[in-house]
Amino acid sequence: MRIKDHPILDFKRGEKITFSYNGKSISAYPGETIASALHAAGIRKLTSSQKHQRPRGFFCAIGNCSSCLMVVDGEPNVKTCVVEVEEGMVVEEQQGKGDLSGKV
Amino acid sequence: MEKCELAIVGGGPAGLAAALKARELGLKEIFLLERDNFLGGQLVKQTHQFFGSHKQFAGIRGIDIAEIFKDKLEDQPEIQALKGAVAQGYYEDDVLGYSYRGKFFKLKPEKTILATGASEKMLSFPNNDLPGIYGAGAVQTLMNQYGIIPGEKILMIGAGNIGLIVAYQLLQAGIEVEAVIEATGIIGGYAVHASKIRRAGIPILTYHTIKEARGDEEVESAVIQKLNENWQPVPGTEQEMEIDTICLAVGLTPKVDLAIQAGCQMAYVAELGGDVPVRDENLQTSNSRVYIAGDSAGIEEATAAILEGELAAASAAGEIFPGNSAIAQERREIKEKLADLRRGPVGEHIRRGLARVRRNQNAGRDRYTRSWKN
Repeated sequence: MRIKDHPILDFKRGEKITFSYNGKSISAYPGETIASALHAAGIRKLTSSQKHQRPRGFFCAIGNCSSCLMVVDGEPNVKTCVVEVEEGMVVEEQQGKGDLSGKV
Repeated sequence: MEKCELAIVGGGPAGLAAALKARELGLKEIFLLERDNFLGGQLVKQTHQFFGSHKQFAGIRGIDIAEIFKDKLEDQPEIQALKGAVAQGYYEDDVLGYSYRGKFFKLKPEKTILATGASEKMLSFPNNDLPGIYGAGAVQTLMNQYGIIPGEKILMIGAGNIGLIVAYQLLQAGIEVEAVIEATGIIGGYAVHASKIRRAGIPILTYHTIKEARGDEEVESAVIQKLNENWQPVPGTEQEMEIDTICLAVGLTPKVDLAIQAGCQMAYVAELGGDVPVRDENLQTSNSRVYIAGDSAGIEEATAAILEGELAAASAAGEIFPGNSAIAQERREIKEKLADLRRGPVGEHIRRGLARVRRNQNAGRDRYTRSWKN
């Protein structure tokens, strides 16, 4: 959910864009990060811990903690809390450490 | 590899102030590396008005201070401010590596100012890793920067200034705050912030801590519990709160990775938030090419960060142009402003921390310093 009225801030949102999350279509606004757009769509679990498979969301939202790593357009370990969402982006939950084969 | 007079890592209040001051004092080759795609650091989410002296932005909201800096920077073509440039490492030969637009670059600066800010502290309790448990800064980022509601019902942990201010900002965004809990017996934040929270009918519970978070895929509730004066939980006082978000405002710790790589001697100083580089009163570290400023030098607030950024820039400029009396005078004036800001009971904590780090009273806790610099 997004804030509509705020006493101090005026959120100038542009034209809606769409991206995909685990195959589902999600709408967002330009300038939002991937994690914040997912959050606005009610998705708070972004990944699972590697050892115990516990659900993980973000913690710091500024690229410090690495709790929000996902696969974006095939690239693993993207800090989704600081990377801006783009039209047509393909975002997927990451399994384990991510697969770089064929990427480098 | 490119050479330059000054590299600044971090485009928050300290880094921006450092870049502008360095330019004002005559430096011409200035690189500012900012890992985010915007400048301003944490200022861009501070909707409250600043305290302090009028010359240092008192009464102005943080978001507007960021704009003032950005406007000034645009008039300075000698400052190369790179957004989305991530400093990756400071090497033994004083080369700073950074990635920018998918490529790796090397920079050899005569002087480097590290203004990398801080990261939020965590608190240990069962299920503290559930989605829906956020740092207070993350909550501010979501709601003030992106306009997204962080949760419907919030439990705020920590009644320092950040806990109180963010609780109030949540109310401004129309979000319910169930309570602010604080493990000590005192509300650490300013009374003006605490009374705003109380007037809105939100309890500030001192001597209370979180016992555990509950939920399967995300936070569904929290159990809070009373503490006695010896920090021991009081049995039978557990209380379950239906909330969907837990906000941790339990302090910050300086981000010092690059300082450690630069071989700066480190010291653990609790008053400054953790491990910090040992430095002199001009903010020069034990690596004479490296200066430290802002929250990465010790947790304080934005006004102090701005002045420290200016001081570090004046100190670096003073070494690049030795014997320049105007720069020396500037440095003295900035130091006086900093001393003014830190006067009085509010600044006591930070004064004590600075005294310790300058005398380096606990070098025994230095867990990092590399031998190659000694």
